[in-house]
Amino acid sequence: MPEPAPPGKPPAWQDPRVRALVFQALAIAAALGVVAFIFTNTMANLRRQGIASGFDFFGTTAGFGVSMSLIEYAEHHTYFRAFLVGLLNTMLVSAIGIVLATFLGFTLGIMRLSRNWLVAKLAAAYVEIVRNLPLLLQIFVWYFGILRQLPGPRQSVSVLDAVFLNNRGLFSPEPVLKPGFTAIPIAVAVALVAVFALARWARQRREQTGQHFHTFYVSLAILVGVPFAAAAATGFPLRWQYPELQGFNFVGGMELIPELVALVLALSTYTAAFIGEIVRAGILGVSRGQLEAAQAVGLTRGQTLRLVIVPQALRIIVPPLTSQYLNLTKNSSLAAAIAYPDLVLIFAGTVLMQTGQAIEVILVTMAVYLTFSLLISLFMNWYNRRIALVER
Amino acid sequence: MYRFIRTLAFLAAVCTLVAAGAEAGTMDDVKKKGFVRCGVSQGVPGFSNPDAQGNWTGIDVDICRGVAVALFNDPTKVKYLPLSAKERFTALQSGEVDVLSRNTTWTLVRDTALGLNFTGVTYYDGQGFMVTKKLNVKSAKQLNGASVCVSIGTTTELNLADYFRANNMSYKPVTFEKADEVIAAYDAGRCDVFTTDRSGLAAQRLKLKNPDGHVVLPEIISKEPLGPVVRHGDDQWFDLVKWVLYAMLEAEEYGVNSENVDQMKATSKDPVVKRILGVEGDMGKNLGVDNAWAHNIIKKIGNYGEIYERNVGPRTPLKLERGMNALWNKGGLQYPMPIR
Repeated sequence: MPEPAPPGKPPAWQDPRVRALVFQALAIAAALGVVAFIFTNTMANLRRQGIASGFDFFGTTAGFGVSMSLIEYAEHHTYFRAFLVGLLNTMLVSAIGIVLATFLGFTLGIMRLSRNWLVAKLAAAYVEIVRNLPLLLQIFVWYFGILRQLPGPRQSVSVLDAVFLNNRGLFSPEPVLKPGFTAIPIAVAVALVAVFALARWARQRREQTGQHFHTFYVSLAILVGVPFAAAAATGFPLRWQYPELQGFNFVGGMELIPELVALVLALSTYTAAFIGEIVRAGILGVSRGQLEAAQAVGLTRGQTLRLVIVPQALRIIVPPLTSQYLNLTKNSSLAAAIAYPDLVLIFAGTVLMQTGQAIEVILVTMAVYLTFSLLISLFMNWYNRRIALVER
Repeated sequence: MYRFIRTLAFLAAVCTLVAAGAEAGTMDDVKKKGFVRCGVSQGVPGFSNPDAQGNWTGIDVDICRGVAVALFNDPTKVKYLPLSAKERFTALQSGEVDVLSRNTTWTLVRDTALGLNFTGVTYYDGQGFMVTKKLNVKSAKQLNGASVCVSIGTTTELNLADYFRANNMSYKPVTFEKADEVIAAYDAGRCDVFTTDRSGLAAQRLKLKNPDGHVVLPEIISKEPLGPVVRHGDDQWFDLVKWVLYAMLEAEEYGVNSENVDQMKATSKDPVVKRILGVEGDMGKNLGVDNAWAHNIIKKIGNYGEIYERNVGPRTPLKLERGMNALWNKGGLQYPMPIR
């Protein structure tokens, strides 16, 4: 039982507002204190055991090789360069994975809602099998079970003597640019601008006159025609470099290592199963009244889907879709299990081992994944706000 | 509020405990808990490998058993922790193991920046290459453009890069964390070449589907002194692990083995032998263990020569000649410091 308050201003320790502030401050101080203690304790222990600390190692020579790199990398480059190689490889596998998973996922979601019994059940079976098996096992199946079984370089499967598939990877002709090639990207840019302008004009015309214009076919013609005309005018300034069997393996041309293929396949097929369910939920989440209203005003099936159902479904789909994109990016760290040279294998693996600076390396690795995830979240939140229902 | 204060007090207590726990010497810790925590490989025949009964065997394992015998006169007082190349140093640094005896190469960076100490060399080795006979490759100089299977985070990975760089050749590394994954990838044809220490090549070769279909190339591209490792800054423990190996070598040099050790102890007039076997002097006491430490090691585990022959010698599947690992007076590099 609180005693009756004495007349006048109560002493500070009885003032609930002051007390609350003091406790808050104490709690923050304690939390900071724990962090500071962990930090100083770690540093002291590292020093006492004579373990190197700090980030100076980034500037020293790495001295090890990497099987796949998007930027120029050789053994004499620094650990920082090796870090970048790993970073880019992680971004590459995540980006390809997200694009493939989205396409496959939307297809699966729509298939599951199909009125065709076989199509709907096939999609259902796919989703239930794939999303209920651990991802690591699926990576192993793709890598060890399927890609490992391919023949060696000398017995490669070849398509038209241009594309070769063996257990070292997929080899395809590489485009080599010749002078005059710059005309083609310029033509593509011009075509893109023209298509956007056309779409804008078509919409305005429809809003003013109600007449429909076949934007799609005209756009397609512009997108293909203009760059082709530019290429023809400059005499097709592009040559293909074909891969050739030389010594141990194919050289020249583009190369896709089996580790990358296995990882992309596993990540995208796995995540697509989840995205399929999200898409299905999103479409089912649009009330039936909307569909009936659309039919009542005479929209075709395609128009109903495109103009009524999908825009409303997207509002439901995008937030959970963001989580799936984040999952895929983080799951890409399983690459280390099958020797794909991503951030975890190169940086949190080889670099960690060769420098012995586990704490710094793991901190940087965590910071990278956190940054990736936050960037994806930011982008998807922006997109979500853009498509959110605007109340009028 | 009370709960809050209690929590703070608990946190403070935990922190002090953490700080205090790190101070005690490894020797006292080990004596208190009654066994040695030994970090080994995930299976390299001849060095550290579980046998059919699940008992760990090999040269590296015998070092740990030797330490256990010196402390407890019981070679079973060891708990083994199989570690990948990537995990091994963290496990030792963090105190998860007391000694790392896992075909690990002694290098400057490991000795300094990683906060470790190598106690000696159990096996002098060098890195080699293995290829399938089908390729008809006779020299490592012909390996330009090859894919090479290699363990991640090893000196092997760096030596490989150095060798190809020095010879102006290119290669594609395919790196795995576990030694078994490396050899499996090589066996499946993912790589043209498998590289590791020559002893490792001999050991891992036994795991191939067709061991005779492969050939080790003549080049030895590096020096790989393999030895036990302990944490930096714990001299008492460092000394003990170091002298366990010297005792095994010294015993071989003076002709003491597991069969004649009791007889030698009773009859030998040689003052060196008397000192090794604890009849004279306080050698064990200086190390912080029983004076019969070396006697027990030789009786229960054997001298270095016996250990070598049993695990990796010419009569084992590995068929490794003594070579550099012969004693110094027999043309090798093994030179134990005098026990006196």
